Amino acid sequence: MRDVAVIASAQRQERSIDNESEVEFMVPLMQQVKESVGLTQQDIGFTCSGSSDFIAGQAFSFVMTIDGTGPVPPISESHVEMDGAWALYEAWVKLQMGEVDTALIYGYSKSSPGSLRDVLATQMDPYYVAPLWPDAFAIEALAARQMLEAGKVDHQRLAEIASRARTHAATNPHAVRRTEKSVEDIMGEAPMADPLRPSDISAAADGGCVVILAAGDRARELSDRPAWIRGIDHRTDAHTLGVRDLTQSMSARIAGEKAGVGDDKVDFAELYAPFTTSEYVLTEALGLGDDVVINPSGGALGAHTMMASGLIRIAEAAERISRGDGDRAVAHAGSGPVLQQNLVCVLEGE
Amino acid sequence: MGSTGSKERAAVIGVGQTKYSSTRGDVSMAGLVREAAYRALEMAGRSWDDIDAVVIGKAPDFFEGVMMPEIYLAEALGCVGKPILRVHTAGSVGGSTALVATSLVQAGIHGTVLTLGFEKQSESNAMWALSLPSPFTTSINAGAGGYFSPIIRRYMEVTQAPELIGAMVALKDRQHALRNPYAHVQDPDLTFDKVVESPMLWDPIRFSETCPSSDGACALVLTNEAGGDAHDGPVAWVHGTAMRSEANNYGGRNVVSPQASEDCAADVFAQAGITNPRKEIDAVEMYVPFSWYEPMWLESLGFAEKGEGWKMVESGATHMDGGDLPVNCSGGVLSSNPIGASGMIRFAEAALQVMGEAGEHQVDGARRSFGHAYGGGAQYYAMWVVGADKP
Repeated sequence: MRDVAVIASAQRQERSIDNESEVEFMVPLMQQVKESVGLTQQDIGFTCSGSSDFIAGQAFSFVMTIDGTGPVPPISESHVEMDGAWALYEAWVKLQMGEVDTALIYGYSKSSPGSLRDVLATQMDPYYVAPLWPDAFAIEALAARQMLEAGKVDHQRLAEIASRARTHAATNPHAVRRTEKSVEDIMGEAPMADPLRPSDISAAADGGCVVILAAGDRARELSDRPAWIRGIDHRTDAHTLGVRDLTQSMSARIAGEKAGVGDDKVDFAELYAPFTTSEYVLTEALGLGDDVVINPSGGALGAHTMMASGLIRIAEAAERISRGDGDRAVAHAGSGPVLQQNLVCVLEGE
Repeated sequence: MGSTGSKERAAVIGVGQTKYSSTRGDVSMAGLVREAAYRALEMAGRSWDDIDAVVIGKAPDFFEGVMMPEIYLAEALGCVGKPILRVHTAGSVGGSTALVATSLVQAGIHGTVLTLGFEKQSESNAMWALSLPSPFTTSINAGAGGYFSPIIRRYMEVTQAPELIGAMVALKDRQHALRNPYAHVQDPDLTFDKVVESPMLWDPIRFSETCPSSDGACALVLTNEAGGDAHDGPVAWVHGTAMRSEANNYGGRNVVSPQASEDCAADVFAQAGITNPRKEIDAVEMYVPFSWYEPMWLESLGFAEKGEGWKMVESGATHMDGGDLPVNCSGGVLSSNPIGASGMIRFAEAALQVMGEAGEHQVDGARRSFGHAYGGGAQYYAMWVVGADKP
C-alpha cells in the first residue's frame, strides 16, 4: 500500500448554526484548511464529501455544497451518502492508485431544524420496522438493556464513561457539551430512554469537518509531522436487530483486525460513540485496554455532528499525532442503528 | 510500502439487470436488488462468497423514503461482515458507483467487487421529492425538463439545428428498445408522426422525447487481472475511467457543452489511447434523458465537430440499422430510467457490447465501447471505455 497521511484539518461544531446554509458555513472551513497547507482547489487531485439528503431535508442537497470547493475549472470529485469518514476512505483508495497525490475531504450536516432521533428511524427496514417509528435512542436503549442484563456493563461504568467524556469535552473548544459532571450526578439523572440517561446520549450539533490527505513525499513537504494512515478498513453487520448480538460488534472487530489495531501499542483512540454503551462495545471489539486514552476530544458525547462525526474522529486523532501528543492512534467512524457499520483507521507519526 | 502506488487492470465479468417498469410491485427493494445481483453473479460464475466488497449507488433517498437504504439492504446484498460503500453523485451516480468499485480493484484493495445501482421510484413520488421547500432557494417546480429545456433551446439556436432532430432521436431509441427485453418503454406502434404529435411538456421537449420514471436495478461483477484472465466466459476490460464535476452556475459557463464534460471525455479517451472516438468506438451508451441531449453530447464528447452533432443524428449515423456509431442500442435512458441505476445501465450495456452478450441489440464485432453518465445541472460526469481486448 502507498503511504498516505492526514496533513491538515478544520472543523466547526455548534449546537445550532442559525442563519447560515451548509455551503455558507463550509466555505470558510474549506478555505482555512487549504490555506493552512498553501494549496488551492486546483492543486487538489481528488475531492470527496459525505452528507445526507434526509438531514438536509432536500434531494441532491450536496449539489449546492460542491460550489463551496470552487470547482471551476472542473475537478475530479465524488460524494458518498455516508459519514465523511467513508469519503476519506474513497479518497484513500484513489490515492492508492498513484495518479494523484492530494485529496480534500469534507462531511457536514445541520440536524437542528429537525429531530435527529426521529429522522434516523427512517433508516430502519422500510416495510416491517420503520412504520413503527422506533427512534434512535429507543433502539440503543434496547441494546443497553441487553448489556446491563447480561452483566457486561453496569450503570456505574456507563456513568464513568459519560463523566470522563464531559471532562475531556470541557477542554475542547469545538465541543458543545462542555460542563463537567460527576459520576454521582450522572447516576442521579432521570432516564431519557430507559436505561439511557441524558449524559449517556450524544450532544447533537450542526457543523462540518474538512481534511486534506497527501501521499508520500508530498505529505512530508506539506506537513512537519504527517499522521500516516497505517491501516483502514470498514465493515457492516446485519441490519435486522434480532439476528445481531447487540452487546458486541462483529463489524468493528473485523475492521479493527484488518486495520491492524492490535499490531502495536495504541496511545489513544477517537471513537464514534454516540452513546456510552457504544463506547463500551467498541473498546471491547477493538481490544483497547485501560492504558488507552479514549476520546481525548470528548467524542460524540461532547459534540455529535451527523455525517461529520466520524471524519472529526480521524481529524482529532491526526491533529494530536501531528502535535506529538502520541505516536499511534485509532480513529473510528460508525453508522446505522446500534453502530451497524464501522470504519477503523490506524494513524501513526513517523 | 511503495511510494508511488500502482494500478491493477480491472475487468467486468458479470452483468445483471432487472426488467424495468413503472412499478415493480412484485418485489421489495431487497428483492429488486437481489434480482440484479443474482443475474450478475450467475453470468460471472461467482457466488456471494467470492465477493470481497459491495459498492451501491442510487439517487436521492427521498425517491424511496428510506434514509441510506444500503443500511437496510446489508443482508440482501450479502455484505454482512464485508465492506459496503454508498455513492450518490446525482444523475451520474450509477456511473460514479461503477467507477468507485473499479477503483477498489485497480488500487489492489479487493480482488472481486459487486457494484449495483437501483431506484424504486414507485415507493415514493419523485416530483414531491424534488419539490421539497428548502430555505434560501426557490423551487421552479418544473422538474428536470424545465431545467434543461432552455439549454436545449440554446443549442438549437447556436447550431441552427432543425426543430425535429429531437423527435428523430426519440424514435430511434424507442426502436432500439424493442430489441431489449429489459427496456421499460416498449411501443412497437410508435412512429415519427406520433412522437411529433405527442404533448409538448417543456418546449421543445415533447412527451415522447422524455425519459420515463422506472423501478429497476443493475449490477456488475468486477474483478482484477488474474480474475479476468482466469474467467471462463466473456470479459470486458476497463480501458479508461474518469469523473469530473463543476459548479452549477458561474460566469462564462458553457451550459450546452460544460467544461467538465469535455475534460472528462478528453481524459477517458486519452487513457484508452483513443484519438478519433467516432472511428475507434464501436458502440456508445450515453445518458440521454431528453432526446436533444444526443446531438449535444455527440459534440461535447468529441464524436462530432461543434455544430455537427445534429447532422449525425439526421444522417442516421447513430441508428443501429446502418449507422457507423450506434448510440444507445439498449434504448437508453429515454426507454428505461431507474435514476440511480441509469448511469450504471449505460456502463453495463457498454460492457455487454464488447462481451458480445447484448442479444438482439448487439453491434456486430464491437471491440471497444463507451459508457457515459451525467447529473446535477449537467455538472457531474462519469465515463468509461471498455474493450474486448486487455489494455
